[in-house]
Amino acid sequence: MTPDRTEIEALLPLPPATFHILLALVDQERHGYAIIQDVEERTDGELRLSAGTLYRSIARMVEQGLITEVLKRPGARLDDERRRYYRITPFGTAVARAEMARLSQLVRLARARGLTPETT
Amino acid sequence: MMRGLERLYRALLYLYPASFRNEYGCALTGTFVARLRDMSGSARTLRGGLVAVGDVVPNAIAAHGEILRQDVRYAGRSLRTTPGFTLTAILVIALGVGANTAAFSLADFVLLRPLPFHEPDRLVDLWESTPGYPHMEFSPANYRDMKAMTHSFAAMGAYSDRTMNLAGTGEPRHLTVGIMTPHAMPVLGVPPLVGRAITPEDSTNEQVVVLSYGLWQSQCGGDAGIVGRAVRLDAAPYTVIGVMPATFAFPTREIDAWVPFPLREDFFADRSDNFLSVVARLRPGVTTQQAAVDVAAVAARLEKLDPRANERTSAVVVDMRDEMSARSRMLVLALCGAALCILLLACANLASLLLARSAHRSRELAVRAALGAGRDRIVRQLVTESMGLALCGGIAGVAIAVAGVPVLARLVPDSLPVSGQPSVDLRVLLAAGALVVLTGLTFGVGPAIAAARSRALDALRSGARGGARTQRLRAVLVTIEVAACVVLLVSSGLLIRAVLRIQGTDPGFRAEGVLTLRTELTGEKAAFGAQRLPFYDRVLREVRALPGVQHAAYMSGLPMVMGGGIWPTTIAGAPVVRDASNTVGLRFVTPEYFAAMGIPLRAGRDIADADRPESAPVSVVSESFATRMWPNESAIGKQFTIASTRHTVVGVVGNVRVRGLERPSEPQVYLPATQLPDGMMVFYAPKDLVIRSTIPAGTLLPAVRRIIAGVDPEQPISDVRMLTEIVGRQTSSRVTQLRLLGMLATIALVIAGVGIHGLLAFAVSQRSRELGVRRALGEQVGSIVGRVMREGLVLATAGVAIGVFVAYLAARAMGALLAGVQPGDPLTIAGAALLCFVTAVVGCLRPAVRAASVDPITVLRGD
Repeated sequence: MTPDRTEIEALLPLPPATFHILLALVDQERHGYAIIQDVEERTDGELRLSAGTLYRSIARMVEQGLITEVLKRPGARLDDERRRYYRITPFGTAVARAEMARLSQLVRLARARGLTPETT
Repeated sequence: MMRGLERLYRALLYLYPASFRNEYGCALTGTFVARLRDMSGSARTLRGGLVAVGDVVPNAIAAHGEILRQDVRYAGRSLRTTPGFTLTAILVIALGVGANTAAFSLADFVLLRPLPFHEPDRLVDLWESTPGYPHMEFSPANYRDMKAMTHSFAAMGAYSDRTMNLAGTGEPRHLTVGIMTPHAMPVLGVPPLVGRAITPEDSTNEQVVVLSYGLWQSQCGGDAGIVGRAVRLDAAPYTVIGVMPATFAFPTREIDAWVPFPLREDFFADRSDNFLSVVARLRPGVTTQQAAVDVAAVAARLEKLDPRANERTSAVVVDMRDEMSARSRMLVLALCGAALCILLLACANLASLLLARSAHRSRELAVRAALGAGRDRIVRQLVTESMGLALCGGIAGVAIAVAGVPVLARLVPDSLPVSGQPSVDLRVLLAAGALVVLTGLTFGVGPAIAAARSRALDALRSGARGGARTQRLRAVLVTIEVAACVVLLVSSGLLIRAVLRIQGTDPGFRAEGVLTLRTELTGEKAAFGAQRLPFYDRVLREVRALPGVQHAAYMSGLPMVMGGGIWPTTIAGAPVVRDASNTVGLRFVTPEYFAAMGIPLRAGRDIADADRPESAPVSVVSESFATRMWPNESAIGKQFTIASTRHTVVGVVGNVRVRGLERPSEPQVYLPATQLPDGMMVFYAPKDLVIRSTIPAGTLLPAVRRIIAGVDPEQPISDVRMLTEIVGRQTSSRVTQLRLLGMLATIALVIAGVGIHGLLAFAVSQRSRELGVRRALGEQVGSIVGRVMREGLVLATAGVAIGVFVAYLAARAMGALLAGVQPGDPLTIAGAALLCFVTAVVGCLRPAVRAASVDPITVLRGD
C-alpha cells in the first residue's frame, strides 16, 4: 500500500525536530534518550532536544502515524522500565523521503543561482 | 542530588496537560534522569535544575496551547451545529454579565472606589451632635476650639456653600459656590489643574475664586490664561487664582467654584449659630474611633465652657466614605443583589441546558472515550466549549453594560464628593472578565464532569439517554432558578409597594399647576429690606396681573428643595433647650404663599400686606407646631420666641413635608418677608417665586421673565420648574431603580419559565418509551398529563418555598428602602408566588401535551 501523496504533502515542510527524529529512527528502533543522543551526535551538538520537546514531537508524530511505539522490549538487564521505544512507519519513511526531496530541490535551486554555503 | 532533581522534575510535570503527563510522564522523567547522568563538570545541581525548568515550562505552555487550539476548533464546529442552543446560551450569559457589569460599575463608583482626594482614608467629617440632630454643623466658636484642643488631626478646615451670580464671562449664571476657610482645601490635598487652590495666604485676600473644571470649560472655554483674570461674582470683582481638576468635587457634585471664607470676629459671638461644615485629616496612625473619643472629650469641655449654648451638645467623627444615606447605599446594593440573582439564574439555566446537551451528546462523547480520550480530556473539551460561550456572552454583556450605565448614573447620590459619571472602565472590564471566567466555570464544570462520568459503554449500548443523576441535578438547578426568580419578584414587588406608598404620601400642598423659579438676590439687594421689598412687590404685582395667574408669592426655601432652616423656639421668656423637641423649620413668605402652594389655612389669617417691618411681629404656624406648643388650645393669639424675636400667632396652616416624602419634618413657622431684619439672616431672604395658574407654564414663563427683566435687568433667573417635578424628584431614583429591578425580574421570569420548559420537554423526550408503554397498558391521557405537570409543579413549589424565605431575608436587609412596607407583605409574596406558578404551569403545558400525544405503537415498534 503506497501512502497517499496528498497526505504526505499536508505534513510538509516538516519541523526540524520532527525530521531529525525520523532520521534517528531510519536505521533502528530507539528509545527517547537514544534519539536525543543520536540527533546531538549527528548535528555536532548543535541541536539538543529537551525531553519535553522530544515527547511533544513524539506524541504528535504517533498521532500522525509517522512513528509507532514498539511494545517488544530488549532483555531486562539492558532496559530501564521507564524507556519507551519507537520505530519509523512506512508512512514516516515516505514523509522523510518527501522532505528530503523538498530540501534537495531547494539546495539545487540555490546552487543554480550560484549560491554556495561557504562565505567567501 | 539526583533524587532531589528528579523530584523537582516530577513536580514540574504537573504543569503539563494531564493527558500528556499520564502518557509520557514516566518516559520524560527517564530521559531527564539519563541526561543528568551524562552531565559532567561543576555546579551540576544548579545546571540540572535550570535544565528541568527550561525543559518543562515552555513545553508545557506549548502543549496546553496545542490542546486549546484543538478544543477551540472542535468547540466552534460543535456549537455551530446547534445554533439555537448557542444563541440562547450567549443571550442568557450576556444578560447576566451585562446586568452585573453595569451594577458593578455603579457600585464601584458609589461605594468602593477611593474618593478622589489625597489619602482619602484619613479624611473625616466632624459634626456637632445634640439629641434629635446627630449631624449638625458647627458654630464658628466651637469649630475654632475644636481645632485648637483636639490632637487627632493633622489638619482641619471648615466650609459651607452659597449661591452667587456670575457675570463677566458671557451669559450671567447662577452658581453654587463652596466657601472654604483658608485651611479647608489643603486638607483635601488635591493639587489644582491650573494656578493654585485657596490657601492660608488668602485669609486676608477674600476676592479670589477657584473654578471647577466644568465651569472653566463651559464659561471660559478651558482657557489656561484665565488665572489672574477678573470675573464678577454678585457684582463684586474676584480674581481667578486657579482651576481644580475634573475629578475634584467638594463638598458635593454640584459645586461650580470655591471662594475663601474668612471667619469674621463677630461670627464667634454666638455658639448656637451653627453653619460650618468641618472636614479634617487624621494624623497618620490615628483611627476614626480614637479621633471620636478625642472629639467627644473636647465637646464635653466646651459644654462646661458655655453650658447654655452647648447644652447637651457633643461632637462626632464620620469617615468621609460613610457620609452617604443608608437609602442611597441600599439603592445600589439592592441593584447589585438583583444583578447577582440574574447571574445565578443564568448559570443555573445554562448548566441545565448543557446537561441536556451532554445527554444528547453522550454517544459522541462515548465514541471519543472509546478512541482513547481520557476523562480529563473530555472535561477539558466541554469546559472549553462553555468558556467559549461565556466569552461570547461576556462580550455581548459588556456591550449591554456600556449601553445601560448612563441609565444607572441617575442612582448616584448628589451628595457624593466625586465628579463625573460611572462608566465601563478598565477596572470594571477586569471585574467583568473575572465574572465571565467564573460564569463559564460555574455552569460548565458540573455538566462536563457529569458527562465524562457517565459510563462510555453504557451510552454506546443504550443509545442517547440521560442518567437519573443528571436529571436530578437539572431538577435542583430548576429549583434554584425558580427561587432566584421569586426573590427578584418579591423584592421588586415590595419596592413597587414602597414607591406607591411614598407617591401616595400627602406632601401637604397641591403641586399641580404651580410654576416655581428662583431669583436669588445677592449682596446688598438681599441684605436690606428697603432694596429687597420693592423688588418683590413689583414682581408680584405684575405677575398676579397676568391672565390665568391665580396666586403668586415669594418665599425663602421651597419644601423638598431646602430641608434645613431649622431653629429652636421657646414659649416667650423660657430658656432655649437645644434638642429636637422644640425645633421648627423657619421660612419667610409674602402674602398668598399658602394659596399659591395649596396649603390649607386651618385657622386665623394669612400673612397680610398690612404686616409691615414696623408693625408687631406675627407668624403663621403649622398645625403640628400649634399642637406641640399648645395642645388642646387654640394657637391664635399665642406668643413664642424664635431668632430672639417674640411673635404672635395669627394663623394656623396644614403640615408640609419640608424634608421630603420619606422623612419626618419639623413643624413649620412662617414669618412675613417684610419682617426679616436688615443685614441679618440674609440666607432667609425670599428667593423662590411660586405661581399658581390655569395656563401652561410654556405660555406663562416668557411673560414672567419679561416682568423680572423689567424690574431688574441684571437679575438672573434659575431653577425654573414645576412643583410637580420637585415632588417627582423625590421618587425619581427609586423609580429608576424600580424600572431596572422590574426589567431584571421579567428577565428572571422568562429564564425560569424556559428552564422549566426545557427540563420537562427533555424529560418527556427521554421517557417517551415509558410513557408509550403506560399508554399501551391503558393509562389515561389525563393521568399522563397530570404526571408530567406534577413533576414540574413540585419543582416550582420547592423553588417558591426557598425563594420566599430568601426574599424575606433580602427584604429585611433592605428595610431602609421599604418606606414602612413590611418585608413579609403577604400580598406581594402571594403575587410573586402566583406569578411564578403561572409561569411554571405555562412551561409545563407543552411537554405535558407532548407526553399525552406519545403514540404507543410508534414507540414500541422503535424497540
